[in-house]
Amino acid sequence: MSFRARHLLGIEHLAPDEIRAVLDLADRYVELNRRTEKRSDVLAGMTQINMFFENSTRTQASFELAGKRLGADVMNMSVAQSSVKKGETLIDTALTLNAMHPDLLVVRHGASGAVNLLAEKVNCAVLNAGDGRHEHPTQALLDALTIRRAKGRIHRLTVAICGDVQHSRVARSNLILLGKMENRVRLIAPPTLMPSGVQEFGCEVYDDMKKGLEGADVVMMLRLQKERMDGGFIPSEREYFHRYGLDAEKLAFAKPDAIVMHPGPMNRGVEIDGTIADDINRSVIQEQVEMGVAVRMACMDLLARNLRARRGAAAAEVMA
Amino acid sequence: MSTYITNARLIDPEALTETTTSLLIDGGLIAEIGGPAPEGAAVIDANGKCLAPGIVDMGVRIGEPGDRHKESFRSAGLAAAAGGVTTIIARPDTSPAIDTPEVLEFVTRRAREASPVRILHMAALTKGREGREMTEIGFLLDAGAVAFTDAEAVCTNTKVLNRAFTYARSLGALVIGHPQEPGLSAGSAVTKGKFASLRGLPDVHPMAERMGLDRDIALVEMTGVRYHADQVTSARTLPALERAKANGFDVTAGISIHHLTLNEYDVGDYRTFFKVTPPLRSEEDRLAMVDAVASGLIDIICSMHTPQDEESKRLPFEDAASGAVGLETLLPAAMRLYHQGGLTLPELFRAMALNPAKRLGLPQGRVAVGAPADLVLFDPDAPFVMDRFALRSKSKNTPFDGQRMEGRVIATFVNGQKVFDAAP
Repeated sequence: MSFRARHLLGIEHLAPDEIRAVLDLADRYVELNRRTEKRSDVLAGMTQINMFFENSTRTQASFELAGKRLGADVMNMSVAQSSVKKGETLIDTALTLNAMHPDLLVVRHGASGAVNLLAEKVNCAVLNAGDGRHEHPTQALLDALTIRRAKGRIHRLTVAICGDVQHSRVARSNLILLGKMENRVRLIAPPTLMPSGVQEFGCEVYDDMKKGLEGADVVMMLRLQKERMDGGFIPSEREYFHRYGLDAEKLAFAKPDAIVMHPGPMNRGVEIDGTIADDINRSVIQEQVEMGVAVRMACMDLLARNLRARRGAAAAEVMA
Repeated sequence: MSTYITNARLIDPEALTETTTSLLIDGGLIAEIGGPAPEGAAVIDANGKCLAPGIVDMGVRIGEPGDRHKESFRSAGLAAAAGGVTTIIARPDTSPAIDTPEVLEFVTRRAREASPVRILHMAALTKGREGREMTEIGFLLDAGAVAFTDAEAVCTNTKVLNRAFTYARSLGALVIGHPQEPGLSAGSAVTKGKFASLRGLPDVHPMAERMGLDRDIALVEMTGVRYHADQVTSARTLPALERAKANGFDVTAGISIHHLTLNEYDVGDYRTFFKVTPPLRSEEDRLAMVDAVASGLIDIICSMHTPQDEESKRLPFEDAASGAVGLETLLPAAMRLYHQGGLTLPELFRAMALNPAKRLGLPQGRVAVGAPADLVLFDPDAPFVMDRFALRSKSKNTPFDGQRMEGRVIATFVNGQKVFDAAP
């Protein structure tokens, strides 16, 4: 087994063979999830805590289901309304939970790097469920699995990532993963929503969506993150939709068999035309949600194996 | 009474020379250089180590009043003595701000009682550093303020600033600006570029610094005030500074030692001890700044000593407090520039001692007969590993923690009195 990581904090720290290990295992969990009898016991006896400092429905549900299908005891904490309001620091919250001996800690936080900070203070495996504008590794892995199943490979593809790249952790994790797997990544955004220095990551940068989509195998749309914006980045939503919203006319520039992806939740009529999102011949948006549960099961399974191995080694040392 | 230091490698920042010679301290002054030992003098054999004018550190934040748990005059003074800093130029960004003669008199008295090294005070340029009304610049000058600054609070009302500059000009006061366009830099934690994008942190283009300096220089041209930019850290800002100097304006600029020795990538995995204001720049910028100090375009190197307690740094990067302590690490960090060959020892002490003293009209910063005997004896090659908990500052937020450094202070003298001895 080639997955060596202790935590899953970002794609940045994963090697290509580790990414492949996650996808291969996730493929098996997709099969399990399609059965009526979905239970596995690989996490039996383990405790998983989902700690969401930012509100989330989809990701939290996906992690909860993943943990439960693997037999873990899952607890959800909506930290947004609890002790943080009373002035407790992130580190104290982490230490408090750590004292309850969780084995897997799933964390989402609004500040970039907050999950890294927390991971330094606990001795369980930490999964980053999104930190600020930094990374959202399970999203990139589920996107990779979706692409691999639709296209038969996850290398030498042309992938266009379109929309609010600046505020998107999904875009960051995806462009790192796709780069590591040797794909051609194009970023398409109005210049006000394009982060600086991205050319140095080996991406091609476009502000004309039609040019950017030309010959693309995969069209990955991003949500316009209105809640992370501190002022006007675009003149209006209708102008944004006109220039950067995915409709049939713009999609025609991509390859005829190009797939359309969106991490959700969608703003229909802002970044994507509803008919495109619902087109079962092009859109894989529902598959992405399905792959999400399987990828999260795979990640937690692999991290739990490493956790057991490490604890086993520590115990052997004590006995010796 | 008198002290005779022999066999010293004397660093002269005025002549830009290094010579092995002796130096006699008498009556708090440098009495003779290169003469014989007089009878009855205490003799110190420097063993060929360096003797330089004590550092004049322009822009040190001390927590009195308001944040004494972060740094007191006592702890700052002890840290300074151990770091070869003989004159602290304290910032007025305290709580409350040093914006009245009464507060200035209070801190002057507290500093004199508590600190082994000389502490001089800057005063706020506007009341409460709020950028609305100028302070009593005349009274504050009479009470001993050496310069006027709102520190990192940038006054956005140019009408107010124009009046304050005009009034300061009539009194010959030095004003210190923080060149930054606050609208552009609001909310930012790192410098714009690949690293910022990789870490997903809010960023600011270094041009915000240039815009701030351009505005201030326009006001200098209007008013004729004596102006110093506290930190010029980006190559983009240098042409504006160069032009201002070429036009004959009374303008100088400084830079913190952190911007000369570290770059944006040192932040690594969100290490908050590397969060400073302005944020650390690119390696190209850093190298351009070292050259600018060598050429004299940037006049002054300071520590920008900003103590922060543990709790204000144990936070996600965006939320963490900004600033790093530097009184004790300024000299060893500066030795990195010497060992890397970017700057000579006389050039370093020109920027750390002579130029700040000259800018503030102080007699310190020189090794000349008749100058105050504010001196530092140090070994530029002595290696050590920085342990932040060994620092004398109350706050331990140094970015150099755990790093290999070279350069240790052997002894520090203020007015001829030994205020620090590494081997007591």
